[in-house]
Amino acid sequence: MCAATNPVAGRDGLAVLDAEEIRRALTRIAHEILERTHGGDEVILLGIPTRGVPLARRLAARIGEFEGLKVPCGSLDVTMHRDDLRLHPARALGRTDLPPGGVDGKTVVLVDDVLYSGRTVRAALDALNDLGRPRAVQLAVLVDRGHRELPIRADYVGKNLPTSQREVVHVLLAEVDAQDSVTISDDGSQP
Amino acid sequence: MKRHLISAADLSRADALLILDTAEELASLADRPIKKLPTLRGRTVVNLFYEDSTRTRISFEAAAKRLSADVINFSAKGSSVGKGESLKDTALTLEAMGADAVVIRHGASGAAHRLAGWVQGSVLNAGDGTHEHPTQALLDAFTIRRRFTGGSGGPSPRGNTVGARGAGLDGLRVTIVGDVLHSRVARSNVLLLSTLGAEVTLAAPPTLLPHAVGSWPCAVSYDLDSELAKSDVVMMLRVQQERMTAAYFPSVREYSRRYGLDAARMARLPEHAIVMHPGPMNRGVEIAAEVADSVRSTIVEQVANGVTTRMAVLYLLLGGTEFPATEFPAVTR
Repeated sequence: MCAATNPVAGRDGLAVLDAEEIRRALTRIAHEILERTHGGDEVILLGIPTRGVPLARRLAARIGEFEGLKVPCGSLDVTMHRDDLRLHPARALGRTDLPPGGVDGKTVVLVDDVLYSGRTVRAALDALNDLGRPRAVQLAVLVDRGHRELPIRADYVGKNLPTSQREVVHVLLAEVDAQDSVTISDDGSQP
Repeated sequence: MKRHLISAADLSRADALLILDTAEELASLADRPIKKLPTLRGRTVVNLFYEDSTRTRISFEAAAKRLSADVINFSAKGSSVGKGESLKDTALTLEAMGADAVVIRHGASGAAHRLAGWVQGSVLNAGDGTHEHPTQALLDAFTIRRRFTGGSGGPSPRGNTVGARGAGLDGLRVTIVGDVLHSRVARSNVLLLSTLGAEVTLAAPPTLLPHAVGSWPCAVSYDLDSELAKSDVVMMLRVQQERMTAAYFPSVREYSRRYGLDAARMARLPEHAIVMHPGPMNRGVEIAAEVADSVRSTIVEQVANGVTTRMAVLYLLLGGTEFPATEFPAVTR
């Protein structure tokens, strides 16, 4: 890809969201979830490992603060359902941890850090299909960076971030990385 | 990890922990309504069994099917082996049919190693003669880890609630008792458990220990009774009468009296200790019926864990990129 066609060239290492902005984005998403699900009844949050899981927990905590509602929260590993398994050496598996009661009849909100090609979400929909029959499935992401390869969209977005495919978006979360930040780099190097 | 699983010695500590951690995640599948994953769709696993087997063959078959692989079962009885076909020709036939993995059980030590030189796919050793049985060692290690590090599910005799993920078996004392000479399970377990940090002791009559046992990473004792009080795990081996070509002990009764695990010996074990047996058991010879059926016995658990562990191995060997003809470098993630 030619650098001249890159709409956002020359922002290597740029901080897109800081800790405070991540907090505000999650607060807004928590409110939106409550609004869209009419008070958060029968909602469960499922984070996609690794960084979707702490995000789901934070959203559950926010919803608890606002409405005094305890939203069940879990994790959903999608590794075994991915379509790119044969492109890499076998990956280590993440944890699948369903809240008691399962997903049947619930509104499941999938939570992930970055929405890109949409393939992870497709894998998650397949994985969910084997676990039960939710009443509805929604998607919450911290960053939507575009370049979808499948007809998938997010219901709740922390930040829409136009990117070139060459760029790499790094989401760091305190639970995993000891700090909260979203940065973008040209060559995949960590901030 | 390497492309084949022939010997427990092929596994580094990191490889072994990756397999156990993967198995830990796959264990929850057993509680789900749909016990199947699409991961190995379109791959073919051949079970090539030259020796009789119940649990290992069924276990591999269940594991492959839960990962959606196609399974072809081959047993020497009723095949062209009866007409004198060699292992190599059989292997080439399987190769031509496009097997992605061959699970082999054979009466000759080294059969799996030879096979690995003839076929393109991965070879999984499911027991070769008196040599090795690595997946049995992996499922035993998995069973021990679940019992002692309080991984999700199993009870935790030590009251330790640390998650099992990433944990080794450091400092646990495992005593393997009985017919070590004819046991592929013992050899694989000694290698794997010591890799994972356990202190292994073999307790057996001198006649039932292999000559080279001094070079194994374990201690050796001729007296079971002196080992009991300090054992966290006691693993009883089957007395393999079918492989015995000479008199290794005066009588079954005498063997049972000195090396059999009965209720009196079990009572001398520490309170948290567990009793394992790879099966099939000779009740009344190496293990008394009341011990085999006691709460300390993990024998049924071992069978259930066998499916999970073999799923993990099949996934890690077949789930990723197809290996090039040369050995693939270690998996880093």
